[in-house]
Amino acid sequence: MTDETAPAPAVHPLAGQAPTQASQAEISDEIRAIEAEARARVADGGKPELHPRRNYPPYRSSILRHPTHALVRVDPEEVERVSPAFGHTDVNPLESDLTIQHNAEPLGERITVSGRVLDGEGRPVRHQLVEIWQANAGGRYVHKRDQHPAPLDPNFTGVGRVITGDNGEYSFTTIKPGPYPWRNHLNAWRPAHVHFSLFGTAFTQRLVTQMYFPGDPLFALDPIYQSITDPAARARLVGSYEHELSVPEWSLGYRWDIVLTGPKSTWMESEEAHD
Amino acid sequence: MTDTSTEQPAPEYVQTPAQTVGPFYGFALPYERGPELVPGHHPHAIRLHGTVTDGAGEPVPDAILEIWQADENGVLSREQGALDRDGFTFTGFGRAAVNLAGHYTFTTVKPGPVGDAAPYIVVTVFARGLIHHLFTRAYFPEDAAAHAGDTVLGAVPAERRHTLVAVADGTPGGAASYRFDVHLQGDAETVFLDFDA
Repeated sequence: MTDETAPAPAVHPLAGQAPTQASQAEISDEIRAIEAEARARVADGGKPELHPRRNYPPYRSSILRHPTHALVRVDPEEVERVSPAFGHTDVNPLESDLTIQHNAEPLGERITVSGRVLDGEGRPVRHQLVEIWQANAGGRYVHKRDQHPAPLDPNFTGVGRVITGDNGEYSFTTIKPGPYPWRNHLNAWRPAHVHFSLFGTAFTQRLVTQMYFPGDPLFALDPIYQSITDPAARARLVGSYEHELSVPEWSLGYRWDIVLTGPKSTWMESEEAHD
Repeated sequence: MTDTSTEQPAPEYVQTPAQTVGPFYGFALPYERGPELVPGHHPHAIRLHGTVTDGAGEPVPDAILEIWQADENGVLSREQGALDRDGFTFTGFGRAAVNLAGHYTFTTVKPGPVGDAAPYIVVTVFARGLIHHLFTRAYFPEDAAAHAGDTVLGAVPAERRHTLVAVADGTPGGAASYRFDVHLQGDAETVFLDFDA
């Protein structure tokens, strides 16, 4: 059955394998045009967009993969208002240190990334799972499909996990990842980033995102970062360098707090009272 | 409610934006027995499987899916151990990366109904190109009577409801199998859900 009233799937003319890749200048023009349109919409009274656009053509892979129908808005039911229970039987405390997983120290700039996971009311998201993964200092992932000819580091895998503490706090010790090239367009480079996966107290709070480092010159050029059209919203993905978190002669400290909003149900209030 | 008009506004805790899972999660997110909520020899094991396809009808070879569900009695597990399975504890959570043909497989049990809803499994889809993950639900074909009164199915246009109902496709090895394909675009585009927060 085809639905005659449904809009035809929006297939971007640049979808699929373009015979020639766009230049950075063309991608940057597309990015600027979308941002100007978003800014005009906000100036007309529209709300700034908190999340990335699902359909963001400068990021070519989104063209054939974003839903073309509007999402169906519903109230979460009991299953979605709860989240899996993770704990210290799942995650070894040593997994928060990505620099001790091999026989020797990895190459690169040793850093800590710490912060708190909070809900939309500012309450800590306690005892939940945070997973990270990243490229090494040379910008290479331990992944078969990453063909970037930067060296693998035998002392760095780039995977960490932690369970948040009583105040929603987490901390990872790792090395600063390098930027890496990708094939979205010609001469495309991702800003250095750490992938984060988070669970809240409700499954609707599930979040996969990326943390960036302050002052990266690649921000303006990157269609994944720029898919969040509101400058204040995308700035929420940038960790801050905090000198008091640096450890003398050991590591540089970054802070990044994460907010997971979800349904504000009284059920969650009563659940919290059990703690 | 207190009158806050004369007070300092409370600090705002604004949602952290999502970003794509990217193509290179394979060494990080999948874990041993992640797709096996129960072992395959569990007497009530079912298979939930399907293919993720894009707007050109091509399989998506770099998607990863998660499911979250109640147990057979409609109870939501509070047990730890979803990442370190002991083969006996039902945690309700599973994670499966697709293979190069875009195909995923979970081994689980059919959940009992929770509240007034028909039985369903929450399915979350992540992939390169999906800048924000997608939520959907897999219902079961034998529950058509319960579907008629299900609030969420009722909110979905009738002609698209079928995309949320898995298809029974046999009993390989004696286990009931359900096929739940995820179409990111196209004529049979899967209904994806957004939750009022």
